[in-house]
Amino acid sequence: MVSLKELSKREDLLAPGHRACAGCGATIIVRQVLLAAGKDVVVGCATGCLEVVTTIFPYTAWRVPYIHNAFENVASTISGVEAAYRSLKRQGKIKKEIRFIAFGGDGGTYDIGLQALSGAAERGHRMLYVCYDNQAYMNTGIQRSGATPIGAHTSTCPVGEVIPGKQQYQKDITRIMAAHRIPYVAQASPSHWADLVTKVEKALSKNGPSFINVISPCHRGWRYPMEKTIEVARLAVETCFWPLYEYDEGVWRITYTPKEKLPIKHFTDMQGRFAHFRKHSDLERLAQEEVDMRWNELVALSQLGKKDAS
Amino acid sequence: MKGWKQLAIGGRIEEAGNSACYETGSWRTFRPVRDESKCTHCLRCWIWCPDSAIKVKDGKIVGIDLDHCKGCGICAEVCPPKVHAIEMVEESQFSEKEKK
Amino acid sequence: MKSVAKCKVVAVTGNDAVAEAMRQVDPDVVAAYPITPQTELMHRFAEFVADGIVKTEFVLVESEHSAMSAAVGASAAGARVMTATSANGLALMWEILYIAASTRCPIVMAVVNRALSAPINIHCDHSDSMGARDAGWIHLHCENSQEAYDNTLQAVRIAENRDVLLPVMVCLDGFILSHTLEAVEILDDDVAREFVGEFRPVHNLLDVENPITFGPLDFHDYYFEHKIPEIVAMENAKRVIDEVAQEYARLTGRHYQKVEKYRTDDAERIVIALGSTCGTAKAVVDELRDKGESVGLLKIRVFRPFPYEEIRQALKNAKSVAVLDRSMSFGAQGGPVFLEVKAALYNHLDVPLKNYIYGLGGRNVSPSQIKVAFEELKHLAKEGTTSDQIGFLGVRE
Repeated sequence: MVSLKELSKREDLLAPGHRACAGCGATIIVRQVLLAAGKDVVVGCATGCLEVVTTIFPYTAWRVPYIHNAFENVASTISGVEAAYRSLKRQGKIKKEIRFIAFGGDGGTYDIGLQALSGAAERGHRMLYVCYDNQAYMNTGIQRSGATPIGAHTSTCPVGEVIPGKQQYQKDITRIMAAHRIPYVAQASPSHWADLVTKVEKALSKNGPSFINVISPCHRGWRYPMEKTIEVARLAVETCFWPLYEYDEGVWRITYTPKEKLPIKHFTDMQGRFAHFRKHSDLERLAQEEVDMRWNELVALSQLGKKDAS
Repeated sequence: MKGWKQLAIGGRIEEAGNSACYETGSWRTFRPVRDESKCTHCLRCWIWCPDSAIKVKDGKIVGIDLDHCKGCGICAEVCPPKVHAIEMVEESQFSEKEKK
Repeated sequence: MKSVAKCKVVAVTGNDAVAEAMRQVDPDVVAAYPITPQTELMHRFAEFVADGIVKTEFVLVESEHSAMSAAVGASAAGARVMTATSANGLALMWEILYIAASTRCPIVMAVVNRALSAPINIHCDHSDSMGARDAGWIHLHCENSQEAYDNTLQAVRIAENRDVLLPVMVCLDGFILSHTLEAVEILDDDVAREFVGEFRPVHNLLDVENPITFGPLDFHDYYFEHKIPEIVAMENAKRVIDEVAQEYARLTGRHYQKVEKYRTDDAERIVIALGSTCGTAKAVVDELRDKGESVGLLKIRVFRPFPYEEIRQALKNAKSVAVLDRSMSFGAQGGPVFLEVKAALYNHLDVPLKNYIYGLGGRNVSPSQIKVAFEELKHLAKEGTTSDQIGFLGVRE
């Protein structure tokens, strides 16, 4: 387990001067992932906040090779990069060990990018896919995605007179990826940097596809004071809204169990996108029930040992 | 600004990390001020800064990159309450000379 | 035409012929998805992969969009990349075609021309490749399987030329060429490989010591400037296509140009067409010439970059010209080829023109249909003006 002191001696592979909002969760995540991964990586990025803010021509914040292609295809693009690497390595034209990391937002992962991600996972490319999940299409103005949690206000499912926010539960993309039986799948949070770093290292050590879903608080879309990004992420974990766990070669493991599982209120009360929960307590109840159900399932899975039942 | 003949092929950018030349420090309305005497160099501010703006050397905090710091206040927020080494101060409090 | 280099003659389908060329090119990566009538091309190539005859990393993606996406990724990583598709597969990857061209990835793709849905139809017409004519790709059309083989090898050289660096699609008519057997002269492997040459990567995404950012965001201050080099590259392609063809001619004795003039020099009435229809049209020309008619066929091999000068030169003595289009541009005053030919002649030549749409959805193109066109050209020559009325060959009223 690497210490912060050790990590701080490594080169920061995301340069400053990018145009992310002050307090952006995504860039914190990228910094942590790249500190774990080191410079011998090629990064792919789906269209979205991260891609836009880090590569406004003629500037780039990336100190590693980086490719952006389109919105729904970072997984297939990186599949191609990885295939080229395998080919050139087999031909003796490349000797270096290089790893491949694809970054996608929840939009580019749960929704429009799901096909490409699923295909890449099935084909077994040696690549890590990191989803920075801010639970909506943030770059285009906070529209709902398949990752938006029940009851949340977004610009396309606003809280109105008749319909109070999103009426559907979000997909469980982490479980979907585990169902692909790839070597490593995990959930992480930038608030728990040591857990995140360990997971990235584990993922990159696997000889096959890996997937890490990271909660990425967005104060613009979630409506909280910008300095609270890490606090909001921490509460997501402490309420089990965003459990930290892994599916490692078929074994389910919860990597952080809160000493006390806080009611979801502690998480939702901090955010404007859930402000109507005070008026719509039924929604808060549904949200809490969903958190509880998923957490209980996870606890049950973690007790299965070597057998998996995704 | 470059004309089309001077641009790299296919729109690619060949100077890695050159965003460092773009000074986002002008975005600030609040500036983090660190009290060196209180700082325990726990490095929490460093790991959680979205803009790589906390300067570290040999495992110790040596300063804040005011060319790029956007004043989000995460560093002040995550600094342990018992330590409280970082204060967010209104940018307007700093003279033109001190301003970045 | 007799080859000057070592070769052998084999009976192959158009799909096989392209697969043979691909085997000889031996690309680093192929990413592809099945679609009729391209499928057997990929089956043949898959056998090469399974038998270890090629070094290719074969990525069997889950859609055509992913095929072109992976191709761009692989090309950015410094690999030589090829693929193939048809119809709706091409349509599905449409967005990425533009990206492949504007990021200057020298990808070579066989397009086995098939009609776009709806209704769904697996047979030949040119609506697929014509639908992608603005994407920045070079388009080569093949009259027969020999051309399919020859054009594939030349395509690699054209794409990878440093003054071009644009992706190339080699278009061959679905089923008509892809699935019928013809005698094709295949160059010996070492001859083909020497012609194609070693791949010199354009982009080096895998160079972690010198990291590049590939595919940035442009605001309104840079996008325009980024488009100009693409325009210049397509202009340069005109010269490079001919240079590559000249070299290929020295090797094979087969002389390729952007257009092929078949008995047009002294022809009063000329029909223009692309693809396998040219074979039928040549037979019609011969038959009519035997009867003393002054007719000729102008075949277009290169549709993009469109050979405006060559068209003007070929038509300068004609009294009337019919342009055959195997696709339609709805709402336009004719099909894509007609519009280009018309544009070529404007301000230069005053030859009466008429457009015929034919062969959609694999409708068989018979010699009698082409004779209809030649016959009507007699009247057009008399009228002396371009007909705004689009003709349709072989459709039931």
